[in-house]
Amino acid sequence: MSGGLEGPAPEERMRPEGRRNSQGIRIDPEVEAEPNTRQAVLSAYVEHRPGVLAEISGLFSRRQFNIESLTVGPTVDENRARMTIVVEEPEPGIEQAKKQLEKLISVISVRELEPDAVQRELVLVKVNGEEPDKVQAITEMYDGQTLDAGPRTITVQLTGDEQKIDDALDAYRQFGIREIARTGYAALTRGEQTTAKENVRTAD
Amino acid sequence: MSERATPTSKPADTDDAEGEKRDRKPVETGADSVVAALKNAGVEYLFGVQGGAIMPVYDALYEDEDLTHVTMAHEQGAAHAADAFGIVTGDPGVCMATSGPGATNLVTGLADASMDSDPVIALTGQVPTEFVGNDAFQETDTIGVTAPVTKASFFASDPDVVGDDVGTAWALANEGRQGPTLVDLPKDVTQGETDHEPGQPRTPDTYTPPERADETVVEAAAEVLANSERPVILAGGGVIKGEASAELRAFAYEYEIPVITTMPGIGSFPEDHDLSLEWAGMHGTGYANMAITNCDAMFAIGTRFDDRLTGGIESFAPDAEIIHCDIDPAEISKNVHADYPLIGDAAIVIEQVDAAMPGRPDVDEWCEQCQQWKTEYPMDYKTPDDEPLKPQYVVEKFDEATPADTIVTTGVGQHQMWACQYWTYTEPRTWVSSHGLGTMGYGLPAAIGAKIAAPDREVVCFDGDGSFLMTSQELSVAVREELDITVVVLNNEAVGMVRQWQDGFYEGRRMASEYPWIPQFDMLAEAFGARGFRIEEYDEVEETIAEARAYDGPSVIDVLIDPAENVYPMVASGGDNGLFALSEDQL
Ligand SMILES: Cc1ncc(C[n+]2csc(CCOP(=O)(O)OP(=O)(O)O)c2C)c(N)n1
Repeated sequence: MSGGLEGPAPEERMRPEGRRNSQGIRIDPEVEAEPNTRQAVLSAYVEHRPGVLAEISGLFSRRQFNIESLTVGPTVDENRARMTIVVEEPEPGIEQAKKQLEKLISVISVRELEPDAVQRELVLVKVNGEEPDKVQAITEMYDGQTLDAGPRTITVQLTGDEQKIDDALDAYRQFGIREIARTGYAALTRGEQTTAKENVRTAD
Repeated sequence: MSERATPTSKPADTDDAEGEKRDRKPVETGADSVVAALKNAGVEYLFGVQGGAIMPVYDALYEDEDLTHVTMAHEQGAAHAADAFGIVTGDPGVCMATSGPGATNLVTGLADASMDSDPVIALTGQVPTEFVGNDAFQETDTIGVTAPVTKASFFASDPDVVGDDVGTAWALANEGRQGPTLVDLPKDVTQGETDHEPGQPRTPDTYTPPERADETVVEAAAEVLANSERPVILAGGGVIKGEASAELRAFAYEYEIPVITTMPGIGSFPEDHDLSLEWAGMHGTGYANMAITNCDAMFAIGTRFDDRLTGGIESFAPDAEIIHCDIDPAEISKNVHADYPLIGDAAIVIEQVDAAMPGRPDVDEWCEQCQQWKTEYPMDYKTPDDEPLKPQYVVEKFDEATPADTIVTTGVGQHQMWACQYWTYTEPRTWVSSHGLGTMGYGLPAAIGAKIAAPDREVVCFDGDGSFLMTSQELSVAVREELDITVVVLNNEAVGMVRQWQDGFYEGRRMASEYPWIPQFDMLAEAFGARGFRIEEYDEVEETIAEARAYDGPSVIDVLIDPAENVYPMVASGGDNGLFALSEDQL
C-alpha cells in the first residue's frame, strides 16, 4: 500500500496522564466508578396535537432512554397536554433525556419532579373470585374499590404510589391474578408551585 | 425551464423594502399563501422536482417573477442543493418534492442537514386530507418518516394557516441551532380557498434560544483559561453557523491560543496562520491530534464532540478542563463532560469570556511545542516516478490556481479527506461537505446549490468515483442552468475508503469495494453536455485545471489516481487520538 507520512511513531510520543470514563468525565484512573442508575419522574408540558406522542416516544427509543412508564392527558389549556414520563437511567442519562425533550419544538417545558411530588398510579386487577370475602378484605385494606364481581372473577381498582400498588398486587396473588392494567404515573409538584409553566424553557 | 427563470437572468438587487418590489398577486389559495410566506422570508431560489400532490404549489409559482425554481434530477439532489445553499448563504435553502417517493427521496438530504445543523426547509406535497391514512396513491407518512431527522415538522391542516406554518418552519430552520424543517402540504389544503396573507416568518413564542451564558460560569472558565499552560481552542461548525469567526480570530490572536477545528469548523480560522493546527480527529493532522490529546484546557465552541473527532472518549483530552460553549443545551455533557458549560450564542459568549479574562495564559512553551509538532508531523506526501498520480498533488495544484474564497464541495471517502487535508481554507463558508451523515453523492448537487448561492465565486467539487456515480445525473441540471462549476473526480476505480479499511482491518479481503469496470467520466460529462477532461500524468495537471477553469460552464475532470493511495494520519475507530497511525503498519 502506498501513502504514509513521516514522524515519530506512536510509542515515542508525548502522552497525557489522565483518563475519562465512558461518560466522558475525567476520572482518577485508579478508581473507576460508574454512575448510579436511578428513577426520575419527568413532567413535560407539550402541544396538544397529533404526532406529538409519536415524536416523544420516538425520541426515547432513538436515543435509547429507558422508559418505565408514560402517561398523557389534557390540561386546563385545551392546546396543551401533560406527559408524565418515568425514566430509569444513570445520572447523565436523566439530564440528557430532559434536555433532549426540551429541545423538541412541540415540548414547551420539562421538569424533573422532586421525590416528594404527588404521584399516583391507577391499576385494575382481575382476580379469581372463589374467595370473595378475602378479596374484599384486601381491597379495603388498600383503599381499593370493587368495580365488577361475578361468580368466577372480581375486578378491583387501586390507586397509589408504586410501592403501595406492588404490595397490593402481592397480596392478591394468593387468589390468582388473571389480568392487570396499570396506567403508569400521573404526577404534580406539591404545594402552590405549578408543575410546568408556559413560556418557561428550563433549559439549563 | 423557461428563459426568464434561469438563475443568471435573476436580478440581484432584491433588498428593496418589503413588499415593494416583490409585489405579488393577492392570496387566493393555500398554495398562494405558501408562496407569499416564502417571499416574506426573502427566499429567492427553490430546488425541487414536480409531482401530483405538490402541483398546486408549483402552479402558484407559474407566473411568479421573484422566485426561481431549479428543477433537479432527483429529490436527494434538491435537498443537498438546498443544504449547500444554506451553508454558503447562512439562510435556509428551500427544497420541494411531491408526496410518497418524492418525500422519501428527500430523507437522506434532510438527515444530512440534521446531523450538520444546516438550515433547510422542505415542502412536501401530500395526498388530500380525506385520503390520508387510506394508503392512497403516493401516500407516505412523511411526518412520521422525517420527524427523527428534522428539527421540526408540521402537517398543514388549514388553507388559512398554511402560509404561517411555512413561515414558522422557515424561522425555526434559521434561528437557534439551525437545522432542517418540513411542512407537509395536503393537496386540499394548498388548493383550498383563503385570502389570508401570511405574516413575517417567526418562531413560536415558546422557542427562545439562549444568547448570553451564565456570567459566573464565564468568569470561572476565563480563570481556567488564563491560568492554563497548554490551552487550545476547538472551533466547531457552530462558530461558522453563529457567524462568530471574527470573534474567534480576535480572541485567539489576543491570547495566542492555538486553534484546532473540527471538520465542520473548517474555515472558521485561517489555516495558514501560525496558531492554526488545522483539524483534529480520525484523519486530522498529527499536530492537531497531539495538541488536542495533551492540552490542559480546551475552549470548545459550537461542537458536538462527534466520535470521529474524539476517538475513544476515555482517551480524549484526558488532562483537559473542558469549557464548552453551545447554543444547544442538549450538547453539553452529551459525549464529553463539560466542566464549564457556556450555553449561548458563540459570538456573544466569546466576547463574554474575553471580557472576563483576568490575564493572559503563559503559552510560549506550549506554542513552541505545537510548532515543533508541526515540523515533526508534516503533511508531506511522496510522488515517486514509478507510482501513478497522487491525489494530494491535484488538490494542492487546484488550491494554488484558485482565489481564497473558492468554495469546495465533496463526496464522502478518501477524496473528501484529501480535499480537507491538502487545501488551505482561510474563510468561513468555503468548505461545504457532508460530515455527520457522511453522504456519498453530496458533492455535485452541493456544488450546484453553492454556485447558485454564490454565482461570483468559483466552485469546485472533489468527488470520488463511487460518490460521483450516486448523483451524477445532476450534471444535467448544471448544464441546463449554465453553472460554471468544476467536478474533479479523484478516480481510484474503487470505493477507496472501504478498500482502505479492508486492507487495514479485514486482512485485505476486498469484498465489493473495487470496480471491475467503471464509466469514463470525461465522456459521461460530454454526453450530458458538459466539458470532459482526463488527467493521467503529473504534467497534465496544471494545464488541465487551467482549461477546465477557463471553460464557462460545468466541466468534469476524470483524474486517474494511484488506486493504492491511502489516507493518513489515521486514528482507528474508537482509538486514541494521540496514537494516530502514520502508515498502515502503525494501525
Ligand atoms: C450513501 C453512502 N453509502 C455508503 C457509504 C459508505 N462509504 C463510506 S466511504 C465509501 C467509499 C467512497 O468511495 P468513493 O466515492 O469512490 O471515494 P474514495 O474513498 O474512493 O475517494 C463508502 C462506500 C457512504 N458513506 N454513503
